Amino acid sequence: MPKKDTSRPLFDPAIVRQAGMECFRKLTPASQARNPVMFTVYVGSILTTCLAVQAYLGHGEAPFGFVASISAWLWATVLFANFAEAMAEGRGKAQAAALRGLRQDVSARKLLHPRRDSPFQNVMAKTLHRGDLVLVEAGDIIPSDGEIVEGIASVDEAAITGESAPVIREAGGDRSAVTGGTRLLSDWLVVKVAAESGETFLDRMISLVEGAKRRKTPNEIALNILLASLTLVFLVVCATLRPMSAYAVAMSGQGAAVTITALTALFVCLAPTTIGGLLSAIGIAGMDRLIQSGVIATSGRAVEAAGDVDVLLLDKTGTITLGNRQASAFLPVKGVDERELAETAQMASLADETPEGRSIVVLAKERFGIRGHELHDLGATFVPFTAQTRLSGVNLPGRILRKGAPDAIKALAEQSGERIPQELDQAIHEVAKSGGTPLLVAENGRPLGVVWLKDIVKGGIRERFAELRSMGIKTIMVTGDNPLTAAAIAAEAGVDDFLAEATPEAKLARIRQYQAEGKMVAMTGDGTNDAPALAQADVGVAMNSGTQAAKEAGNMVDLDSNPTKLLEVVAIGKQLLMTRGSLTTFSISNDIAKYFAIIPAVFAGIYPQLGVLDVMGLATPKSAILSAVVFNALVIVFLIPLALKGVKYVPLPAAVALRRNLFIYGLGGLLVPFAGIKLIDIIIAALGWA
Amino acid sequence: MNANDLTQYLFYLALLVAASWPLGLYIARVYQDRPCGLDRILGPVERLLYRLCGIDASKEMDWKAYALAVVACNALGILAVYAVQRLQGALPLNPAGLPGVDPYVAFNTAVSFATNTNWQAYGGETTMSHLTQMLALTVQNFVSAATGMAVMAALIRGLARRETSLLGNFWRDLTRSTLYVLLPLSVILAVALVWQGVPQTLAGSATARLVEPTAYEKPVLDGSGNPVLDAAGKPLTEPATQAEQVIAMGPVASQVAIKQLGTNGGGFFNVNSAHPFENPTPLTNLLELLAILLIPAALCHAFGVMVGDRRQGWAVFMAMTILFAGFAFLTIQAEATPNPLLEKAGVASAANMEGKEVRFGAAGSALWAAATTAASNGSVNAMHDSFTPLGGMWPMLLMQLGEVVYGGVGSGLYGMLVFAVVAVFVAGLMVGRTPEYLGKKIEPFETKMAALVILIPPFLSLMGTALAAVAGPPDAVSNPGPHGFSQMLYAFSSMGNNNGSAFAGLTASSPFWTIAGGVAMFVSRYWLIVPVLAMAGSLAGKKRLQAGPGTLPTHGPIFVALLMAVVLVVGALTFVPALALGPVAEHLALFK
Repeated sequence: MPKKDTSRPLFDPAIVRQAGMECFRKLTPASQARNPVMFTVYVGSILTTCLAVQAYLGHGEAPFGFVASISAWLWATVLFANFAEAMAEGRGKAQAAALRGLRQDVSARKLLHPRRDSPFQNVMAKTLHRGDLVLVEAGDIIPSDGEIVEGIASVDEAAITGESAPVIREAGGDRSAVTGGTRLLSDWLVVKVAAESGETFLDRMISLVEGAKRRKTPNEIALNILLASLTLVFLVVCATLRPMSAYAVAMSGQGAAVTITALTALFVCLAPTTIGGLLSAIGIAGMDRLIQSGVIATSGRAVEAAGDVDVLLLDKTGTITLGNRQASAFLPVKGVDERELAETAQMASLADETPEGRSIVVLAKERFGIRGHELHDLGATFVPFTAQTRLSGVNLPGRILRKGAPDAIKALAEQSGERIPQELDQAIHEVAKSGGTPLLVAENGRPLGVVWLKDIVKGGIRERFAELRSMGIKTIMVTGDNPLTAAAIAAEAGVDDFLAEATPEAKLARIRQYQAEGKMVAMTGDGTNDAPALAQADVGVAMNSGTQAAKEAGNMVDLDSNPTKLLEVVAIGKQLLMTRGSLTTFSISNDIAKYFAIIPAVFAGIYPQLGVLDVMGLATPKSAILSAVVFNALVIVFLIPLALKGVKYVPLPAAVALRRNLFIYGLGGLLVPFAGIKLIDIIIAALGWA
Repeated sequence: MNANDLTQYLFYLALLVAASWPLGLYIARVYQDRPCGLDRILGPVERLLYRLCGIDASKEMDWKAYALAVVACNALGILAVYAVQRLQGALPLNPAGLPGVDPYVAFNTAVSFATNTNWQAYGGETTMSHLTQMLALTVQNFVSAATGMAVMAALIRGLARRETSLLGNFWRDLTRSTLYVLLPLSVILAVALVWQGVPQTLAGSATARLVEPTAYEKPVLDGSGNPVLDAAGKPLTEPATQAEQVIAMGPVASQVAIKQLGTNGGGFFNVNSAHPFENPTPLTNLLELLAILLIPAALCHAFGVMVGDRRQGWAVFMAMTILFAGFAFLTIQAEATPNPLLEKAGVASAANMEGKEVRFGAAGSALWAAATTAASNGSVNAMHDSFTPLGGMWPMLLMQLGEVVYGGVGSGLYGMLVFAVVAVFVAGLMVGRTPEYLGKKIEPFETKMAALVILIPPFLSLMGTALAAVAGPPDAVSNPGPHGFSQMLYAFSSMGNNNGSAFAGLTASSPFWTIAGGVAMFVSRYWLIVPVLAMAGSLAGKKRLQAGPGTLPTHGPIFVALLMAVVLVVGALTFVPALALGPVAEHLALFK
C-alpha cells in the first residue's frame, strides 16, 4: 500500500515539549480514573509515596532508599503512560489548531425567502439553524454546511481538503453540497443550512482530530474490561500473598512477610500496564493516521468496522480504471470512410470538455492530422449532454452532428427514418465484449460508426486485489456498463465479481444480500442516490465532492474524493486492531520473566531453597524488584513509537498473520524482559542503587 | 516411568479418545431432538414426566427464564438435601441408626452435592443413612450433573442460533440429560461394578469374626465421650480385645456409578474409590477411571455437531486432551520417583507407594489423580496428601486452571468455551479484525461475562486460602509448613472450582471450613452459571458472520495451541506465587 508521507515527524519537538507538560497535567484523579489499569498504578504510586515518607521518618517496613526508588519508578510509569497519550493527542491538536483558524466568526445573510432577491438580515453564523436560508456571494466564507438551493459558483475548499484547485458547486445533482468554512470564489449561491452550529463538518472534524469528544469504541471497551479483570486478578494475587507469606514465616521461623512496597511493585509489574498505558494512544493515533490519509470518520467504531470488511463494493470509474475513458479506434459502417467518421466525431466533440470528448479530438488529430476547427467560424451551436437525451453534439448549418450511447443514437436514427446497418450492432457488440465503451456517431440521424472508448485499468490494481483476496476480502466492481463490458474489465482488473448496469436499488439489494450471508460490506459513493446504500453498508465512504445526503449517510468522508482510499481505510482499521492485540500479548507474556525476578527475591528469605528460581542471577533481592519495576516503566517509553505508528501491517491470511504476530509479540514478549531486567540489574548493581 | 506405566497411560488415553467420539454424536442427537434409539423406549416415560409435572416442554426460554429455572431447581435441591440430612434419624432406611447430621456439615454437604462439587466434610458410612445417600445425595448426583449439561446445551445453542432470544427449555434439557445420557450409562456401569463384587444392598453392616483377635489399649471415656485424664494430664487407657469386625455396606454400586459418570466424586465410603467395596479390581479401576472423563470429553464432540462444524469440537477436545495428557504424564512421572528420605532410611521402593493401594500401583493412582482433578470429579483411589510435592501440585494446578481440562459434565465445556472466547478475543485483534467466535462478534457484554466466569474461581481459591492461613483453625492441617499450606490451598482450589477432591490431612468439619467452603462452592457454581447463560443469550441474539480466509480459524492447531496457552497462562500467572510457597518450596527442600 503506498505510504503517504505524513506531514509531521513522529517526534515533532513542539509536540514533545507540549506532551512533556501535559503528562503532569493528566495526573489528576479524574483523568486517571478513565483508565482502570493505570488508575491502580496511580494508587500504587501514592501508596508507596506514603510508605517512603514513613520510611524516611524511621518507621518504614524497608529502607527509605529502596521504597523511595520504587515509588519514583511507579510515578514514572504513570507519567510515561500520560506522555504516550499526550503525544497522540498533541499530533491531533496541531491539526485542529489549523482548522480552528477557519471557524472565525463569520456573518451571514439570512434570507426570508428562497430567492436571491429576497430581503435578508445580517446574523452571526453561529446563530443559524437547520433549514435557514443564506445568501453567499463571491469572496464570502460559507457560514455553515448546506445544500445549494439556487445558483452555481466556484468554491475554494483547500482549507478542508488541501486541494488547491477550486471546485464547481451548483444546485441540483450530485455537487450541491457546500461545507462551512470554505470560500466562494465567484458568483453567488442560495444555501439551505443543513447543520446546527457546533455540528457542522468542520466542528466534527476539529473535535475528532483533537480527540476531545473521543468516545471509546466497543472493541476498546471490551479490551479494557479484559485488562481490568486481569488487573483485578493480580490485585488479589498480591493482596493474598501477604497473609500467605505471613503463614509461611510463622511455619519456617525465618524471613519476613512480603513488604507492601514489594507487593505493590509486584502488582504493578504483573498488571498489564504496557497495553493499559498505551491503549488510548493507540486509538488516537489510529484515528490520526486516518485523518493523515485524508479520511474523516464519524466515529472510531467505523474505523474498527473497516478492519472487519469482507466485501468491498468498488466503483469501476476512478477506482479500478482511470477516471477517463480514452478513444482508441474509429469503426465506420460500410460505405463510410474512417476519416469521415473521425472528422465527424471530432466536430461533434469540439465543445465537449469531458476527458472522453477531448480524447476523441486528440485521436482524430493523431490518426488523420485533422486539426480542430474554430467553432464560431462555422456558426455552430452546441447541444450539451443531458441525462435525458444521453446525447451531445453540435448543430452546423445543414449538419446535425451527434454522438452518444448506442440506444440513444439508434432511437435518433429511427426517428429520422434511417436504416440501422447490421454491422453497426456487430461493432457495438465487439467493443463491449473487449471491455470498451461504444460511442455512436451520427450525422443528420444517420449512424456513421462507432468510436471505441477504452477503459484503462489502473496499473498495479490487479496485485492489490490479489492481496485483498489473500486476506479474505472480496472485491466487487460496480459499474453502469452492460454486463459484457463489465465482465471484460472485471477479468482484466482481477476483481472477484461485478455488478453491471448498477442502479442504486441494485447496489442496495446486493449489500443486503451480502449482509444476510453474514458479511461486512464497505462501499464508496457520492451521489444522493447512493445514500441508501451508503447507510446500509457497514462502512460507507462518501466522497467529499458528493452531496450532503451522501456525506450524512456514510460513516466516513474522503476529503480527496479518491475511491481507491477504501483500500487504505481497511488497512488502517486492521492495523489499529493488530496493534492493540499485539501489545496486549506482549504485555501479558512479559509477566513470566517478572515472576522469575520477583518471586525468588521476596520468598528466598522465608524458604531459601526458592533461590534456585532466580534464573537470571540478579544481584540482590532489592535490585531484582527494582529492575523489574524499571523495566516495566521503560518498556512503555520504548513502545510509544510503535503505538503511534502502529505495528507493521502486511496483508496476510488470518492464520498466517496470527502465527507471525504471536511469534514476534508473544515469544518476543516472553524473552525480551529476561534480557532487559538482567541488563537493568547490572546497571543498578554497578551504580550501587540497591 | 517404566514401560508398564507408559502402557497404562497410553491405553487409557486411546480408550478415552475412542469411546468419547460415538458418545458425543449420540449426545448431540439427544439435545437436537433427533432420534437417538433410546427414545423409542424412554420417549413415553419422558412425556409422562412432563405431564405429571405440568411442564410444557416445547416452550423455549430466554436466558433469564432459563437461569431462573436453573437457580430455583438447584435451590430447592439444596433445601431438600439439608432437610433429609438433619431429619435422617427420624426417617426410614437407617439400619445403622445414625443421628441427624451436624448443621454445619449438613449445610456444606447440601451445597456441595447440589453444585456438583461433592466435597465431603464427613465420612460417608459413619454419617449418612442409606436414605440420605440414595434420596438426597444420589439424586443430586444426577440433578447437578444434568444441570451442568443443560447449561452447556443452552450455551451451545446460543452459539449455533442466530437472531433469537431463545435458548431451549431447562426442564426438558434436564430431563433428557438424565433420562437419555446419565441413567443408561449409570445402569451399565453399576451392573458391571456389581459383577466385579461391589455391593448393592439395603441391608445394614455385616459382622465378621476376626481370625486373630487383636489386643490393644483403649482410652477411657467419661459420660460425654471425652477422654479421662490421669494426674499427669495423660489420657487413661484400659486393655481391650477386638474379636470381630463391622463391615459397612449398602447401595454402593448405584452411587459409585453416577459419582464417576456425573463428575460428582462423593464416595459411599470415606476413603472413596480406594475402598475395596467401591473399587475392588483393576478392571473396576479402569472402568471408573474411564467414567470420570467419558461424558465431559464426549460433550466436545456433541458441541461440534451442534454448531454444525465437527472440527470445532475436535479443536476443543484436542486442547483438553493435550493438556490432560501432559499433566497426567507429569503426575505419573512424579509418583514414579521414590521419596528420597525413605531411600536414605534404607527403605527401597521403585516408586512413591505411600498412601496408595497396591492393587492400583503408583501409575494407576497418579493417572486417577490427574483424571479426577482434570474433570471436576474429586473421587480418589489414593491419598493425594501422600503424593510427592510435585505429584500433588499437578492435580492441584489442574483444578486451579478452572476445571476446564474436560472439567465437570457440562460445566467443563462451558468453562472452556468461555476461555475460547477470551483466546479468540486476543487472537482476533492480532489478525486485525474485531474478534468473533463461530461467527459471533465478541463485544463488551460477552467480555464482561467471560471475565466474571474466569475471575471468580481464582478469587475464591486465593482468598479462601489466605483467610484460612491467618484466621482458620490452627490445628486443621496435619503438617504445618509448606505441606500444610498445600493442604489448605488444595482444599480451596477444590471447593472454589467445584471439584470436591480432598488432599486429606485436613480436618474440614469445623464451622470455619464448612461455612467458608460452602460459600465458595455456592458462589463458584452459580456466579458462573448465570454469566454463562447471559452470554449465551447475548450470543444467540447476534448474526452469525460467515467465515472466510480473513477470519481467524478456530479449528486448526494454532488455535488449539493458543487456547491451551490462555488456559495455562491465566492459571499459572494466578497461582505461581501461592504454589511457590506450597509444593514448590516443599519439593525443593525434599529433593535438594
